[in-house]
Amino acid sequence: MKDNLKIIGVLTGVCMLCGFVLAFVFSSAKDRIEQNQKDYIRRAIYNLAPQAESVKEEQKKDSLVYFLSDSSGNDLGYAFLCEGLGYQGPIKILFAADKKLKTILGIEIIESNETPGLGAKINEPEFKIMFSGVPVSRRLEVVKTAAEKKNEIQAITSATVSSKAVVRIVNAGIDKLKEVLE
Amino acid sequence: MSKRAEFIKGLWSEHPIFRQLLGMCPTLAVSTSAQNGLFMGGAVVFVLFFSSLVVSLIKKFVPAQVRIAVYTVIIATFVTIVDIVFKAYFPPMSRALGPYLPLIIVNCIILGRCEAFASKHSVKKSLADALGMGLGFTWGLCALGSIRELLGTGSVLGFQIMPSGYDPLIIMILPAGAFIVLGTMVALMNRLEKIK
Repeated sequence: MKDNLKIIGVLTGVCMLCGFVLAFVFSSAKDRIEQNQKDYIRRAIYNLAPQAESVKEEQKKDSLVYFLSDSSGNDLGYAFLCEGLGYQGPIKILFAADKKLKTILGIEIIESNETPGLGAKINEPEFKIMFSGVPVSRRLEVVKTAAEKKNEIQAITSATVSSKAVVRIVNAGIDKLKEVLE
Repeated sequence: MSKRAEFIKGLWSEHPIFRQLLGMCPTLAVSTSAQNGLFMGGAVVFVLFFSSLVVSLIKKFVPAQVRIAVYTVIIATFVTIVDIVFKAYFPPMSRALGPYLPLIIVNCIILGRCEAFASKHSVKKSLADALGMGLGFTWGLCALGSIRELLGTGSVLGFQIMPSGYDPLIIMILPAGAFIVLGTMVALMNRLEKIK
């Protein structure tokens, strides 16, 4: 009986102590972590639309839309965060579009777990640059050879699934953005 | 054994990766580049150091029946601290290591050293052992990461090393490459040990 009490006492004590330590560390780092995530998205937006001076967040229906404007207050367009399934888990993509929703200004991969060396190449500028200036009047399509039409994206060699996933997510994201802005 | 000997053994003769084959999950998963290996190793050194410190401090008060549970709680606490600190201060590295950072909790090097060493030895010896094992793990990960990065992408730590005509062996970056390089390194270490 005495042994049992000791076991319960030690376990409870250790767990409580660890709980306090963790609560303290987390509460002192929480603001910084949230700020990091916000900064990361902000930086991605400025990379996509360098002429953007101010970014306003606004809740439209169930989604958050970033409204971009330049130094003299003219509307530049929108940035939008969308998510979908990749080859090895979710991919989060931020894309920017002009104010008439006619062209994509660019995309940025915010989060992905694709295969290192293969699918992870969706993070590389050579792939992302293909989305800049693409018209969205028609859906984007994946091709295996060099893109001939404006709405075609060339797949990464040996990472077709990841390339297709990105295109699918961006297509869905554009639909969603159109829907919430109506 | 002296404190010095306890420290040295983790670096070579009882190397956690190549001789004890401990911590294989992060070893195989995170060694895709030298930089990943370095940060992962740093995180493991931190967790191992403080877990060994606490375990050897409280070893007299912990009833034998629940010692593993207590060690696990202590290790999990330090790992979570590392995870939070990385998220707050090194967000790019936190993104690169992904789920493998919180998975240090189940890295058997840490529980193994706490159970086999820190719970039976003095604080100073435990710290020497933890540092040796941690740094041994770090150089092992960096060596594996460098080789895989070199063969798989042609560069190490962002510096192009292979000539521009080099066609990267993509398999080295994939999980199969981890097994190939690890097996070769273990064989080499065994061979070196025999020559001695």
